[in-house]
Amino acid sequence: MSNAVEIRWHGRGGQGAKTASLLLADAAFNTGKYVQGFPEYGPERMGAPITAYNRISDEKITVHSNIYNPQFVVVVDDSLLESVDVTKGLKEDGAIIINTTKSPEEIKSLLKGYSGRIFTIDARKISMECLGKYFPNTPMLAAVVVVSKVMPVEDFIKDMEESYAHKFASKPQVIEGNMAALRRSVTEVRSI
Amino acid sequence: MAKRDRLSGNEAVAVAMRQINPDVVAAFPITPSTEVPQYFASFVADGKVDTEFIPVESEHSAMSACIGAQAAGARTITATSANGLALMWEMLYIAASSRLPVTLAAVNRALSGPININNDHSDTMGARDSGWIQLYGENNQEAYDNLIQAVKIGEHPDVMLPVMDCYDGFITSHAVENIELLEDDEVKAFVGEYNPDFYLNDRENPISVGPLDSVSHYFEHKRLQAEAMKNAKKVILEVAAEFEKLTGRKYGLFEEYMMEDAEIAIVVINSTAGTAKEVVKSLRAKGVKAGLIKIRVYRPFPVDEIVKALKKVKALAVLDKCDSFNAAGGPLFTDVTSALYGRADGIKVINYIYGLGGRDVKTDDIEKVYERLADIAKTGSVGEIYNYFGVRE
Repeated sequence: MSNAVEIRWHGRGGQGAKTASLLLADAAFNTGKYVQGFPEYGPERMGAPITAYNRISDEKITVHSNIYNPQFVVVVDDSLLESVDVTKGLKEDGAIIINTTKSPEEIKSLLKGYSGRIFTIDARKISMECLGKYFPNTPMLAAVVVVSKVMPVEDFIKDMEESYAHKFASKPQVIEGNMAALRRSVTEVRSI
Repeated sequence: MAKRDRLSGNEAVAVAMRQINPDVVAAFPITPSTEVPQYFASFVADGKVDTEFIPVESEHSAMSACIGAQAAGARTITATSANGLALMWEMLYIAASSRLPVTLAAVNRALSGPININNDHSDTMGARDSGWIQLYGENNQEAYDNLIQAVKIGEHPDVMLPVMDCYDGFITSHAVENIELLEDDEVKAFVGEYNPDFYLNDRENPISVGPLDSVSHYFEHKRLQAEAMKNAKKVILEVAAEFEKLTGRKYGLFEEYMMEDAEIAIVVINSTAGTAKEVVKSLRAKGVKAGLIKIRVYRPFPVDEIVKALKKVKALAVLDKCDSFNAAGGPLFTDVTSALYGRADGIKVINYIYGLGGRDVKTDDIEKVYERLADIAKTGSVGEIYNYFGVRE
């Protein structure tokens, strides 16, 4: 457990943060890791703030609590920055990854004194251009793999391609858009 | 050959059910157990099992249908949680006293009220004296392994009792983790065929099930039922030994974690045991002689074995994820202390009620329990026996 990577996801109900955490667990599992992917359950409804978690480790994981001191935080919806303390417990040597179009100055002022690394990505733009719909979780999934380095990016892309081929066997038209979104996201993560 | 996979606890249990391929599944959905019949219904629809799936209109009917089917000679499984289990109450006792080895995936959730969908053990703890065997599991792997063993334990001729496979709602049921799955044919061979000595559909030896049992025989039947629960302990260990041969995974009546020379210890059930193991590991690294016992078999309660495992401990905390509202302590505490009485007197024992309604259990919480135990072991002063952690007061 001591070498486990711990990730916390903040999103809104319907944006796919939970699904993204499960997909990340899947991808890391396929590279031979021990994984946990789980949401914090409550009375979920569309648009309400939700939290999901990942632990990824080379050793068996036995802890079953929520994650209070993550290495990485993923914010799928930047409107949460005003209402949720997203950097709470975030390790100083960790990083936060935010889906936003806001300027670095604006983001920094919203993160009230957080001094760790900050990454941003415009998941809306990527999703709209690649998928024609707003599914921010696919770009955010790619972004967290790039920033956290939990697995080589090439392995992740290959694994996702296989996973989509299986998952969307009955609607192959969506595979191409999702893969394009993943590939673009890998190159469009910005450090600020 | 074991298959490495990653599944949620509910998926794992549904896979086990597919591999067991029971004759009948009757179920009514309730969070967080809903996915079990949901996944299983898809196996039925896809023709992956031969099971007769009965979607009923309530949990009372679910258990009633299971009882009817099992009495007819069919291997039967269901799943439920919290108030669903409460609605089965009347029928739980009838399944047990009719000696029908129904298997139930009991996905632990707080019993209303107030209404809460999250995990604690108030549902199955309330059913602890219903005559069902209760197995508890820490994670998806144990929920899967226990379900497969449950069928074989319950159906053993010396037992013939229903079995609950209890695991934590959401924490285990909905979290995706690594798991080792058996091959379908391995599970099929392990559980074998269900061939009860007596069943309703046996035309050559007609019987009736569930008639009036008057003064002349009722007591004898209850006495036999109690004996069956005693027999279960041996059978559970035999089944575990056979399971270990197949999988390499060792199961007992409880798990002892770093107990050989432990001076302070906790007794705990389900997923919290995993979180606590991490604490024990870090305490051991600091030279603290801490240990842990995780109860797997709560009914029958392993009295002699637990006394043997605990007798060298100086201070002990029993953790209950359920309150008893008896102004004295939780159900596990009551069972552990009554086991120790007269068999291992002198051990200082305290009780903590924790995690009610899904209140998250952190390693910090468990650390504080061990700190207090170390203090009790040092000073000999116990203080308050009936305690809580993780609650605002």
